[in-house]
Amino acid sequence: MDSRPVLDDGAYVRSAVQTAAKILVVGHFAVGKTTFIGTMSEIPPLRTEETMTQAAAGVDDLGDVRGKTTTTVAMDFGRLTINDRLVLYLFGTPGQQRFVQVWEDMSRGALGALILVDPERLEESFPVMDLVEQYGLPYAIAVNRFDGTPDRPDEELREALDLLPETPVVTCDARDPKSSAHSLMVLIRYLQTRIS
Amino acid sequence: MIDPGEQEPEAAELVRPYVITDGRVLPEDDRFSLITLVTASADHEQRMARLSPEKRAVLELCGGGYLSVAEIAGHMRLPVGVVKILLSDLADGGYLVTRAPAPRATLVDRQLLQEVLDGLQARFG
Repeated sequence: MDSRPVLDDGAYVRSAVQTAAKILVVGHFAVGKTTFIGTMSEIPPLRTEETMTQAAAGVDDLGDVRGKTTTTVAMDFGRLTINDRLVLYLFGTPGQQRFVQVWEDMSRGALGALILVDPERLEESFPVMDLVEQYGLPYAIAVNRFDGTPDRPDEELREALDLLPETPVVTCDARDPKSSAHSLMVLIRYLQTRIS
Repeated sequence: MIDPGEQEPEAAELVRPYVITDGRVLPEDDRFSLITLVTASADHEQRMARLSPEKRAVLELCGGGYLSVAEIAGHMRLPVGVVKILLSDLADGGYLVTRAPAPRATLVDRQLLQEVLDGLQARFG
């Protein structure tokens, strides 16, 4: 039988790994989710596309993703080996209310969500925040700093996004591994406070 | 003559998803999550002759080690829903070994969260 290797060894989860956990990295279009996942992933990020039913046709807010049909929705994800027995997956998708199936799949069993926001386009984050809340996921806000973005006072941002006092807000640069990892750690610490 | 083993998963793009799954839809008890880890069972190669090209492709992909359901879908360029059905059939036939995902964050997950935190800290400082 055909025994050619299909993928490099590094593409596979290490054999000792017993289980996997998942965190969502979500936000509006072009906020930096794919960059964030690519920065943190140890494998080249992967994408799956789900074919949507007619109800999803006519989606007009995919921005400049030209040449793509409007009947598929993409989900990007990456992987990070945490230790010998555990891998962490990071999943990202746009916050589109119509893509319910994708959201159900993604959110099931997730530890929590990191919501990336662009300080200049805060209002575009509302739909995705609604979805995260609807699926009952605890979340932290990561303000992705683009070059030349003016610093916006934390209080102003909290008020604009209508955050609970305990919801963490962290600034990050999705291109920088250290900074991105830091925002994930802020989320994890927040999740820890919720169970203690 | 075409060797069935030579067929590429890309061929699936030319076939409508319900053809690949023999018209089946996902069973109600959804036993594969996106992050369920899957590999081919040790004896899978002896029993591949009657499988569809897509199922063979899944087994060839999984033969190298563990991958999550999402990764299998990504590498095969098939929708997750289709891949879950293929995996479900293969699991019924004893072709797969799976490792379940960690349970959702609850009191029992204190250790899991600490592990993730420590792991990130160790790698990224």
